[in-house]
Amino acid sequence: MITLAHFIVLGAVLFCISVAGIFINRKNIIILLMAIELMLLSVNMNFVAFSRYLGDASGQVFVFFILTVAAAESAIGLAILVVLFRNRATINVGEIDELKG
Amino acid sequence: MESTLNLALFYAFAAVLVVAALGVITVKNSVHAALLLVLTFVTSAALWLLMQAEFLAIALVLVYVGAVMVLFLFVVMMLDIDTEPLREGFIRYLPLGIGVAVVMLAEMIALIGVNSLATPPPADPAGASNTVWLGNALFSDFLLPFETAAVILTVAVIAAIMLTLRKRTNTKYENPSWQVSVQAKDRIRIVKMASSGQGGAAQEAAP
Repeated sequence: MITLAHFIVLGAVLFCISVAGIFINRKNIIILLMAIELMLLSVNMNFVAFSRYLGDASGQVFVFFILTVAAAESAIGLAILVVLFRNRATINVGEIDELKG
Repeated sequence: MESTLNLALFYAFAAVLVVAALGVITVKNSVHAALLLVLTFVTSAALWLLMQAEFLAIALVLVYVGAVMVLFLFVVMMLDIDTEPLREGFIRYLPLGIGVAVVMLAEMIALIGVNSLATPPPADPAGASNTVWLGNALFSDFLLPFETAAVILTVAVIAAIMLTLRKRTNTKYENPSWQVSVQAKDRIRIVKMASSGQGGAAQEAAP
């Protein structure tokens, strides 16, 4: 029998993997974007599990909206990445220091 | 019997999911990372099918695997990336990353309290069709957010195009609006000038 805890723990594992991915791949923007996608996926997993086990449609509707916003985010993020690469010929986070932060 | 099979399927898919997600963050090649992310999404879709969330499982495959990951692969292959400097600091931050992730996971699992949520799943609230259930909620209670989502997607499309659009000055192109509004006097210009007589300029210049 699969319980709610199974899915919640799986979502937590996925979230922690993506956090570790952001820590260890801090120079590569593409992998960072992929880690963010993984993070959104783990949140979606929790939403679907709660929606199923509480019998409420709102959770699954919110997953729908998260998918929409994530698609928009990755489209704009990749467009910015392409423009950045065109202007600087690098996607190394260490070399992108125009703003002197 | 059926619930045992479901549990076995859950563990199989969960194992594939975790291994693929670990691969995404550790492999050297960005193309391999993107393909492993595709595997992650497909496995999640299978897990959502186990939860009777059919519509979202299909939407995940269509939207993510079909659109977003193809976009990722396009960008990864289009940019000529030297991966070696991007890996710098990988070993240095590995212990920190693993430490933070493990502590975070322990905290989350302690909060969840594995035993406290050990409730059996209720009867499927969706009844026969998950899509009908979701559609009823989406087009009644969530109609305004649904339309806002459409506006967000439109804004994203326009923003992505405007960001990557560039004016090329060295290429020749046609402007259709000029072409259709052209008139005869734009095509030919009649210049009145005095006749230079016999002989012309060439003979006068010779001596």
